[in-house]
Amino acid sequence: MDAERNPFGAAASADPAAGNGRDRVLEEIAVRIDGDTDIVSARQKGRVLAATLGFSSSELTLIATAISELARNIVLYAKQGEIVLRVLERGDQRGVMVRAHDQGPGIPDIRRALQGGFSTSRSLGLGLPGVRRLMDEFEIESRIGQGTTVTARKWKR
Amino acid sequence: MAQDIRETRDTRTTFGPAHQMTAPTAELLRQLVAHLRQNRTQLREEWARRITEAKLLTAMTKEEIFAEATSVYDNYVEALETGTFEALQAYARNLSERIIPRGVETHEVVGIVLLLRDVLARSLFAKYQNDFALLNRILDAYEPAANRIANTVAVGFVQERERVIREQQEAIRVLSTPVLQVRERLLILPIIGVIDPQRARQLTEQLLRGIRTNRAKVVVIDITGVPVMDANVANNLVQTVEATRLLGATVIITGLSPEIAQTLVTIGVDLGKMNTVGDLQGGIEEAERLLGYKVVTFAESSPDHARQ
Amino acid sequence: MEVPILKQGPYLIASIQSALSDADLVQLRDKLVEQVGRLRSRGVIVDVTALDVMDSFATRTLRDITFMIRLRGAETVIVGIQPDVAFTMVQLGLKLEGVPTALDLEEGIAFLSKKDSSPAKEASPSGR
Ligand SMILES: Nc1ncnc2c1ncn2[C@@H]1O[C@H](COP(=O)(O)OP(=O)(O)O)[C@@H](O)[C@H]1O
Ligand SMILES: [Mg+2]
Repeated sequence: MDAERNPFGAAASADPAAGNGRDRVLEEIAVRIDGDTDIVSARQKGRVLAATLGFSSSELTLIATAISELARNIVLYAKQGEIVLRVLERGDQRGVMVRAHDQGPGIPDIRRALQGGFSTSRSLGLGLPGVRRLMDEFEIESRIGQGTTVTARKWKR
Repeated sequence: MAQDIRETRDTRTTFGPAHQMTAPTAELLRQLVAHLRQNRTQLREEWARRITEAKLLTAMTKEEIFAEATSVYDNYVEALETGTFEALQAYARNLSERIIPRGVETHEVVGIVLLLRDVLARSLFAKYQNDFALLNRILDAYEPAANRIANTVAVGFVQERERVIREQQEAIRVLSTPVLQVRERLLILPIIGVIDPQRARQLTEQLLRGIRTNRAKVVVIDITGVPVMDANVANNLVQTVEATRLLGATVIITGLSPEIAQTLVTIGVDLGKMNTVGDLQGGIEEAERLLGYKVVTFAESSPDHARQ
Repeated sequence: MEVPILKQGPYLIASIQSALSDADLVQLRDKLVEQVGRLRSRGVIVDVTALDVMDSFATRTLRDITFMIRLRGAETVIVGIQPDVAFTMVQLGLKLEGVPTALDLEEGIAFLSKKDSSPAKEASPSGR
């Protein structure tokens, strides 16, 4: 699943899971996503975790909303998957990472999915482009038939 | 960011750290410290006198100068003795915090530290004038340490001053965009100066909270005082208008310059939907009309919808 | 989590008490549409004060509610969107176009009764 990284945010190699520990992981929570009630609990857990970093209330809302969008995509398109939430440290910065991972059908045209207004579920098509806008860093990797991983980070200013 | 600057400055001293000193240097410094301890009262007084003479720290009283001089002196001697600067650094920052609000300038702080260096050097000179070789070695040991101390204090001051200035700028930013309630349910947000994305965000948050706490129905955003607006900020303005509507209030924009109007059109904003009025006065009148107040009318205006 | 729907004169008031799952939202939509028809309500107020997140699904469902109820001849108004939530929504591009909004319950009722009392042709496209 490490092929075809998209060039969004140069942080791909910073991911400790990818072998290069530029970010230190201070805390991690994983939330199973099996149905729509898990969407609510994932975003609530994310909000609580981010609050420990002292994010402002509007930033907490941004983060929770981003989690909600990613978790919903899992339910909608892959049926099940996982949301991993982390508290990160990079240099003297701290932030949260949200990673949505599933082994669903994958996204055939990532560029199009990120454009906005594109949806295969007759929905608004604002989820992925929205998450990208709300968060500071955004990466997506997807392989047809194998699954999708979206990673987004927001740093405390 | 700020930390990077601090690091660069700390290493800018041209003199090696204490632990690199040779053993004889350390011994000389010990002698030196003993001398400074013995003559503490007299040297301190001498220093305070020279500060007053040089018309430094004029914002402070004699007593205050003497009290600070005592602390600086003791910290100074301690730094010479231990070769560590943390305590002095902390003191310098603390001192700066207290004197900056009183208008003490950078050159004054640098000035007093250099004066102390001078006072002490003179006393060393007086003490060792009979043994020129020893005097030279003592001064050789003293100089780098003294310079480093001067540097530490000055840098501490400058950093503190920068921090205070940043804080003041931040405060001015917040103050410069007050959300004013002119009458019940009507807020005015007069924006003056250049808006960057960060300020746009602050403005929006401030406005949205203001709407809720004041239960506002109409908001007049006056941008007469905004000279330029790039596409990004124009987008932010549009978002502010949209977010305001989500809360149930209406925005009227006044003072839109032709240039900014052009920018809005370029990014695809339908100005027809934007509710713009020429100037602030007109905007307030329009707002009052929306709120159902009667404005200079002959004919009864039809009971208009409070929302656009 | 079921959303209680109160009948208040000619209006229905749905006040959301806590975070809702997608299924809860869809259920709310269906219940409101059904009750407006059955009770011949003239307006619906959906109070979202308790929602700390309004993502694209919630927003779309609120829009659907508004349009479906409009087709039944009644008007809907969404009240109580929190400042932080509004701020996030617009950044996501969720504008709730065509959906009337008001500050709180009181304002929502004022809005509906104003609509009610003005002649049909004048019922302006509030919220566009
Ligand atoms: N985890 C996923 N697995 C497969 N396809 C996805 C996934 N997430 C998003 N997509 C695809 O990308 C499109 C855009 O997603 P998004 O921006 O969230 O909008 P929406 O969900 O409203 O359609 C979706 O319609 C879907 O085709
Ligand atoms: Mg989606």
